[in-house]
Amino acid sequence: MSLSISHKEKSILYMSGVSKSFDGFKAINNLSLLIEPGELRAIIGPNGAGKTTMMDLITGKLRPDVGDIFFNQDVDLTQYSEAEIANMGIGRKFQKPTVVETLTVFENMELALAGKRRVRDALFFKSTSAGLQRIDEVFTTIGLGDKRNLLAGALAHGEKQRLEIGMLLAQDPDLLLVDEPAAGMTDDETEKLSVLLKSVAGEHSVVVVEHDMEFIRALDTRVTVLHEGSVLAEGTLEQVQNNERVIEVYLGR
Amino acid sequence: MTTTKPVLLKLLEDPASRRFLAVLTALALIVPCLNLLVPEGSVFHVSTYTLTLLGKYLCYALLALSVDLIWGYCGILSLGHGAFFALGGYAMGMYLMRQIGERGVYGDPILPDFMVFLNWQELPWFWLGFDQFWFAMVMVILAPGILAFVFGWLAFRSRVTGVYLSIITQALTFALMLAFFRNEMGFGGNNGLTDFKDLLGFDLQSDATRNSLFFISALALGLAYLLCQWLTRSKFGRVLVAVRDAESRTRFMGYRVEYYKLFVFVVSAVLAGIAGALYVPQVGIINPGEFSPINSIEIIVWVAIGGRGTLYGAVIGAFIVNYAKTYFTAAFPDLWLFLLGGLFVVSTLYLPKGIIGLSRRLVPALSGTGKQAVKEAGQ
Ligand SMILES: Nc1ncnc2c1ncn2[C@@H]1O[C@H](COP(=O)(O)OP(=O)(O)OP(=O)(O)O)[C@@H](O)[C@H]1O
Ligand SMILES: [Mg+2]
Repeated sequence: MSLSISHKEKSILYMSGVSKSFDGFKAINNLSLLIEPGELRAIIGPNGAGKTTMMDLITGKLRPDVGDIFFNQDVDLTQYSEAEIANMGIGRKFQKPTVVETLTVFENMELALAGKRRVRDALFFKSTSAGLQRIDEVFTTIGLGDKRNLLAGALAHGEKQRLEIGMLLAQDPDLLLVDEPAAGMTDDETEKLSVLLKSVAGEHSVVVVEHDMEFIRALDTRVTVLHEGSVLAEGTLEQVQNNERVIEVYLGR
Repeated sequence: MTTTKPVLLKLLEDPASRRFLAVLTALALIVPCLNLLVPEGSVFHVSTYTLTLLGKYLCYALLALSVDLIWGYCGILSLGHGAFFALGGYAMGMYLMRQIGERGVYGDPILPDFMVFLNWQELPWFWLGFDQFWFAMVMVILAPGILAFVFGWLAFRSRVTGVYLSIITQALTFALMLAFFRNEMGFGGNNGLTDFKDLLGFDLQSDATRNSLFFISALALGLAYLLCQWLTRSKFGRVLVAVRDAESRTRFMGYRVEYYKLFVFVVSAVLAGIAGALYVPQVGIINPGEFSPINSIEIIVWVAIGGRGTLYGAVIGAFIVNYAKTYFTAAFPDLWLFLLGGLFVVSTLYLPKGIIGLSRRLVPALSGTGKQAVKEAGQ
């Protein structure tokens, strides 16, 4: 599938013909994907389909062997480092929840909070009432306010997931890449999360990778199926679930 | 949260800091009094030998502090910090060398003895300016600072971390040791720099000078402690901890990790250099042995045994291990290295947080602020 230039014009993320091999194994194979501003996109695919690798490519952790990755139409992401890309407005939640376990929940949030990131800004940092208010808002959204002074390492798995999502919200990026956020969450937490992500979309663009079909259904949005490093199908959940190639891939395993 | 208390007062809010600084101040004031005012026969008299020994420990403590700043807080395990210590020491040694003047064995007004001995006709360019105290002091800071900057720039930008970083820091100090051993380098070869006479006109052998150096070393340690405390208690310090425990997460939050590492590495190297500069006039010699890799490894042992990531733990570790070293190298010289190795193994296996961690476990009241206690409990 190739995308025409005119499509690129109203994209927040545009990937075209991207490939990435590890020792000859093509983890991403001629992948093309377009995310519109404000869109909420769900990405599914079997284990090893290349979903996490795709996020690594977008966020500068990996460089593609070939292909284009553009942010906001004309920013070539393949030229920037992770920190630069983060500062441009792309935030990411890892598949394995990653928070700073030796800092408190609040301190994690404060590190993530949008703001200048230079060494001297950190040296002379003073918390502002606006910043504290923003953190309180996020705590209202994700919970954990009562655990703000606990070490993040002491949280349960699902709570770490929520904290990392909270950090992402505090960072306030334009594009959120969320890798398997529902893993380890209770049904109740999962439901709240789908509501949250739907509310975040619109003002932000969100790409969610998930295995949990109930969760995907709750998101009620456009779904892309990845398989062996490229797009196998795209459409509503209903459409892709009835797609023969998708059925083959999921059942043929 | 948004109070505008003076920074110093804020730093002193921490009870552990207050205790540490109180002990240090007491040491800085009482030891010189016991040396100068109490008559020699008295049991309370502190001999000049002991005074100098304690002064040396203070310099080691400053060195340990500098290592804890990068290792304890940012996870940078430098096995070459002795190099920065030695560079600061050499800068001071060069000043002291030039103060000797005509009082050297060969009586040359300009050239140090070893240059006369090597038949050199004039002072090499890099010795120029070292007759000025201020210039030497600037070099005490610049020599280690610039080396750390260049080294750190290359290493951190290429994302060399972990064992690889440790190995190249070790290679760095080893290479410098080999270079400084060579006579042609112009730093006195394997004899190094010695036979110092005076500093700013004060006789290095006099008790007054020795007491002053002791006091200044304690002062430097106290100020460096406050600096490190400020760095690690600020948001900067929390970014360092984030780099230590979740480096890539920190990058994806938008922090340029390499700049944070570079900054703290340079600060640490400068502190190590200052420690070296204070050490040299007290021990009266600086030679290439200070660059030897084993010295740098010893610093790590001090910090590990004291307790990493607490700042004062590094200081306590430096005092305890060096006191043990002084005792054992006199009483059982052959056993020292085995003991050192053993201590390291024991502390890594059974005391991951060093003596500080142990004392916190035994005496919960010592664990400082409530928040600190929560942090420890969570680990
Ligand atoms: N750094 C790497 N080196 C070698 N192979 C890798 C690397 N990263 C990923 N792979 C391989 O690339 C393929 C795609 O991995 P990726 O993690 O992107 O899959 P995924 O779709 O996220 O799977 P999952 O649902 O299990 O998270 C896998 O076969 C994986 O083993
Ligand atoms: Mg994955």
